[in-house]
Amino acid sequence: MGVEPQFPPELGETEPASMLNPDGTLVAGQKTDMPPDQIVAALRLMLLGRIFDRRAFSLQRQGRFGTYSPVEGQEASVVGAAVSLDPERDWVAPQYREMAALVRHGLPLENFAMYFMGHPNGGRIPEDVNVLPVQIALAAQLPQAAGVAWALQRQGSDGVVVAFCGDGATSEGDFHEACNLAGVLRAPIVFVVQNNGWAISTPRRIQSASASFAVRGVGYGFPGVLVDGNDLFAVESAVSSAVARARAGDGPTIVETLTYRMGAHNTADDPTRYRSEEERAAWGERDPITRVKRYLAAEGVLDDAGADALADEVEGEIETALQHALDMAPPTASDLFDHTFATDSPRLAAQRQAWAAAAES
Amino acid sequence: MATMTMIEAIHQTLREEMTRDERVMLLGQDIGQLGGVFRATDGLQAEFGKDRVVDTPLAEAAIAGSALGLAAAGEIPVAELQFLGFTHQAFHQIGAQIARFRFRSKGRFNAQLVLRTPFGGNVRTPELHSDAFEALFTQTPGLKVALPATAHDAAGMLRTSIRDPDPVLFLEPLRGYRLVRDDVPEGDHTVPLGKARVAREGDDVTIVAWSAAVQVAERAAEKLAADGISAGVLDLRTLSPLDVETLASTVAATGRCVVVHEAPMTGGFAAEVIATLNDECFYDLEAPVARVTSPDTPYPLGALEEQYIPDVERLARTVRSVMELEA
Repeated sequence: MGVEPQFPPELGETEPASMLNPDGTLVAGQKTDMPPDQIVAALRLMLLGRIFDRRAFSLQRQGRFGTYSPVEGQEASVVGAAVSLDPERDWVAPQYREMAALVRHGLPLENFAMYFMGHPNGGRIPEDVNVLPVQIALAAQLPQAAGVAWALQRQGSDGVVVAFCGDGATSEGDFHEACNLAGVLRAPIVFVVQNNGWAISTPRRIQSASASFAVRGVGYGFPGVLVDGNDLFAVESAVSSAVARARAGDGPTIVETLTYRMGAHNTADDPTRYRSEEERAAWGERDPITRVKRYLAAEGVLDDAGADALADEVEGEIETALQHALDMAPPTASDLFDHTFATDSPRLAAQRQAWAAAAES
Repeated sequence: MATMTMIEAIHQTLREEMTRDERVMLLGQDIGQLGGVFRATDGLQAEFGKDRVVDTPLAEAAIAGSALGLAAAGEIPVAELQFLGFTHQAFHQIGAQIARFRFRSKGRFNAQLVLRTPFGGNVRTPELHSDAFEALFTQTPGLKVALPATAHDAAGMLRTSIRDPDPVLFLEPLRGYRLVRDDVPEGDHTVPLGKARVAREGDDVTIVAWSAAVQVAERAAEKLAADGISAGVLDLRTLSPLDVETLASTVAATGRCVVVHEAPMTGGFAAEVIATLNDECFYDLEAPVARVTSPDTPYPLGALEEQYIPDVERLARTVRSVMELEA
């Protein structure tokens, strides 16, 4: 299922933990702790990710969005981790595909949309929302996330940080340095490595010779677990356990979610140049949203009509957010200078004035 | 002579140099099967094999550092760093290691390698993809910094860079990859590093530029010609080494100069150009040398790009004001 074991080979044989089968039935002997209303709320967030992707692609084609990276296929990885957190005291450190986790934590959807419209307000994070900014540089968020976790520890808070990255980011030096430091500090952090199989065109097998990314925890002195990243229940269970461990002061965990990037790397990418349609189709059979819908229908919680109504509701929410974003007054020259420093230096103040004058001429 | 885009010129030169010298090898992210995110290496893995066109893990420091090791042991690596914005991750290997490898080994080792990377703005890329950090690398002695503005120079300078015994940071203008199109001579076409190019003759004032700003300067000069101002354009081509002689003689001839670059003003390479002109031809100047740059703020998100980096209008306005000054 995407893992090509190299070393140690016996670990490559390890099946990722799973709870929910692609057909929506529970794996024998498994039972989720998620109550039905929480599962429906999680489904709603997964739909938010998927439907926003579609709107983003069409807006990008119309020239209203810049380059956009879709989440399709990874919704359970993102949302399963997100719902394990308490936005009041916990933090999220995203890469750039984790919109649903940010929104669940309190980031207004319109801010996320404005970021892709190139509007400076897209970077704004409300005061009481505990998330770091979207991070374009891979793995750069991880040492920062370790620092946030360190601060929470110093402040005697029982808050926990969930830091997302992908398989590609694990090759960066920042990944290693962050994991090692977090291990030494026993910092309250969970590294969620979304292994979606591809870093642009680079397949998992040439990203690392390690049997898994989860196994890397051993080298840093903390546990690593491998889960089916298209299985909402398995991701939620693994991340919740890791969060509980961190909250109790027992330190970090790596949770590797084995998933698949169904779409292109971004709107500028053409994956037909480097991967097969068969591979993608096989992962399509394992769709994370379909299996939750099937489960909820079988349980009598939400039938197809109910799921459609939920999708309509999400679509409406997205349209409202996009409308707010599109209605935002265009930025002015002054926005170039705002927030460079707390106070403009005399030279910067002079530049600010010159730019304002030029904009008026 | 064949007309081609800049990306085609780079592709062709890589291919020819790999054919000529089997020590030349390519490494980087997404350069093999995909052919690079801008297709600079399209088809080269199929032609030369996976041993010579290598898809690496996603790790800029490892790409730059291993290029140095490959060079130390006799290979000639041409590494692609996907965007200049991500060379910070490799800055230690480039600035502290590659640049001074010859110096600190007393010449036992050299670093015959090229680091190719696209840079520059106004193409609405995501955050961190657009910065112009060239001046940072002119502060790391031992490293050459090449910034071609034309397909002709991209081909000729890349060939020279690959053959140069010292390391070259080869900066390719993102904006010009497919827009810039001109004639590239066939055969063993080389352009020396450290020789500036007069891109346009002019009697009244000299605009000094490099990389994508050269086209901005040429368009500004065109506009100024309509107002009766004869503006020349000098393309520096390389910042390290700097062609002091051509710079000074060209500016001395007109007596007036405006330097333009995409990077922020403070500490930008325009400051070095102006200081050099003060050293070399102060008494030939008829007006203080001006600079047109981006402001001293981080590169903004897309909606503000046009207001951030120098455009034809802003450059032409500054040139006009320099024409009105008396020294």
